Amino acid sequence: MTPRGKAIEVKEVSKDFGTFRALESVSFEIFDNEFFTLLGPSGCGKTTLLRMLAGFDTPTTGSIHLHGRPILDLPPHKRRVNTVFQSYALFPHLSVEQNIAFGLENLGWAKDRRLARTAAMLDMVHMTQFARRRPDQLSGGQRQRIALARALAPEPEVLLLDEPLSALDLKLRQAMRDELRQLQRRTGITFVFVTHDQEEALDMSDRICVLGQGRIQHLGTPNEIYEDPENRFVADFIGETNFLAVEVLEVTGDRARVRTPMGLEVTTFQKGAIAGQKAMLSLRPEKIGMEDQATGEVMRGRITNRNYMGGYTHYTVDVAGTEFRVSKRNAVTHGQSFEPGREVTLGFRQDSARVLGR
Amino acid sequence: MSGARFRPDFRLWGLLPAWVIMGFTLILPIGIVVLVAFGTRGAYGGFGWGFSGASFQQILFQKGWTEELEFNPQYLEIIARTLWLAALTTAICAALATPVAYYIACQPPKRRAALVYLVTLPFWVSMIVRVYAWLIILGNDGVIEKSLRAVGLVEDIDSLLFNNTAMLLGMVYSYIPLMILPVFASMEKLDGTLIEASHDLYANRWVTARRVILPLARPGIVAGAVLVFVPCLGAVLEPILLGGGKQMLMGNLIQTQFGGGRNWPFGAAVAVVLMALVMLVLMINALRTRPAGEAAA
Repeated sequence: MTPRGKAIEVKEVSKDFGTFRALESVSFEIFDNEFFTLLGPSGCGKTTLLRMLAGFDTPTTGSIHLHGRPILDLPPHKRRVNTVFQSYALFPHLSVEQNIAFGLENLGWAKDRRLARTAAMLDMVHMTQFARRRPDQLSGGQRQRIALARALAPEPEVLLLDEPLSALDLKLRQAMRDELRQLQRRTGITFVFVTHDQEEALDMSDRICVLGQGRIQHLGTPNEIYEDPENRFVADFIGETNFLAVEVLEVTGDRARVRTPMGLEVTTFQKGAIAGQKAMLSLRPEKIGMEDQATGEVMRGRITNRNYMGGYTHYTVDVAGTEFRVSKRNAVTHGQSFEPGREVTLGFRQDSARVLGR
Repeated sequence: MSGARFRPDFRLWGLLPAWVIMGFTLILPIGIVVLVAFGTRGAYGGFGWGFSGASFQQILFQKGWTEELEFNPQYLEIIARTLWLAALTTAICAALATPVAYYIACQPPKRRAALVYLVTLPFWVSMIVRVYAWLIILGNDGVIEKSLRAVGLVEDIDSLLFNNTAMLLGMVYSYIPLMILPVFASMEKLDGTLIEASHDLYANRWVTARRVILPLARPGIVAGAVLVFVPCLGAVLEPILLGGGKQMLMGNLIQTQFGGGRNWPFGAAVAVVLMALVMLVLMINALRTRPAGEAAA
């Protein structure tokens, strides 16, 4: 990929609400044409960060640049960024058309240019026949599209999206994910997307910034964040995992040799491990094979619980007093299911586990 | 089952006390006023039974030397002045109340409640006392004149009282809470993210006020306008105390006819015209707000 310009630079941004520190020296860059996601549990500071980009909040310390220009002194209406609000915030007294044209009028666009742009936006979100409706005559998904069209119409340098899919039902949410992604590719506008839904983030983003307790926990591609989490917080927050308290025997470069409570020695990739100290071994449920798929390090255990999820089944397996969550796809072994109480063999490859020092 | 069968009857009978009270205190008196308006003038006040349109005729015409009818604009002027002052009062109240209501709506809930309480506070004091207070402020050697003199701006000023401006001041002061409260109510419901969305879409404060806040507060402003305009039409205290009786409004014209003028039929006729004007305002309002209300719902 060719080197890209920096759309947004956030430098050492901190935010205090009274005595509560919501953000602690957060720094990152967002590139042009990127689908960038701020992901974290509620209260992690992701929405505060988004509001700072829009201009509704100011950091206590730090700086934010938009395409090289500092923007913290600019009021919201002078920043070339637009927001898709969680509640959509469509103007109830204006028609769909007037909502979309609102920003264009304030920017002083000539009437014919404004009309053409509004029509193009309506077409883009497939809402042309609803141009004269009022927002209260639209469904949730339709409002969502209008909110998107309204925010994209003024050709912002960056589009901010504040949990825009959270108010939609599951089926619609899936469809809107694809639509959002396509829209981003087609318009080439940088998207900054805020969500607490890890699946949404993994599905749509170019890069994800995982926030927790006011700090950046991990910044990387969806694959990096899931496969090579920076720390326990990220491993735990993204997807599901088994944690084993281990003792670090030896650290060599990006690998470590550790000993599990069962006495098993494992050598695999590590982050933050220090020889002689305690660490956690993270093992994803889907990376543990069961019975005929048990390869690598093999353990015997007994199934204590089973959750049938349709496409796959979650088992809880007790191995000498340690509980493992094991996920098994149902497609491979058609109709085969293991009853709780059954003794099974589990197996995992050493390099599919991760040693996390922090 | 028996309860459900009983209910329609009860709805009818249950409302009976309200109907009786309304009948005796509202409909009957209005009927009497209309009756008097069409009656004849009694020799020593009061009125005589009969049917004559003379009182209504008197609003527009007077009898000349030879009993011919001459157009007399005297009372039309009073009606026009009343309408004009009421409209002006409403406009000033709306202009002053909107920023106040917005300010209150932007405060944290506890402070908001305290400020709303302060707005309603004048209602706890008798209207006469409140209007009388303006006599002290505006009058000769009143607070304003004294302070102007103390600053050395003026030597002596003509009375600030007994003119249209004094009446207007008193009316704005008396009725502005009736504007602030409904406007505040509609602004309190306003979704704050709409204002943020407006700023986000490149609207500065003024554009946001004009294109988002005011249109959304319109139902409140309209309600407030009716609440202010209607009592202004019938204002009596302000023209008597602050207008000094020199500047007649319909309210004190009616009062004079029943009191000093001893021309009950004429007073009643003016009162009927006043009621007709009020009805007209309410009807226009009802017709105007219905389509808008449907769109907002």
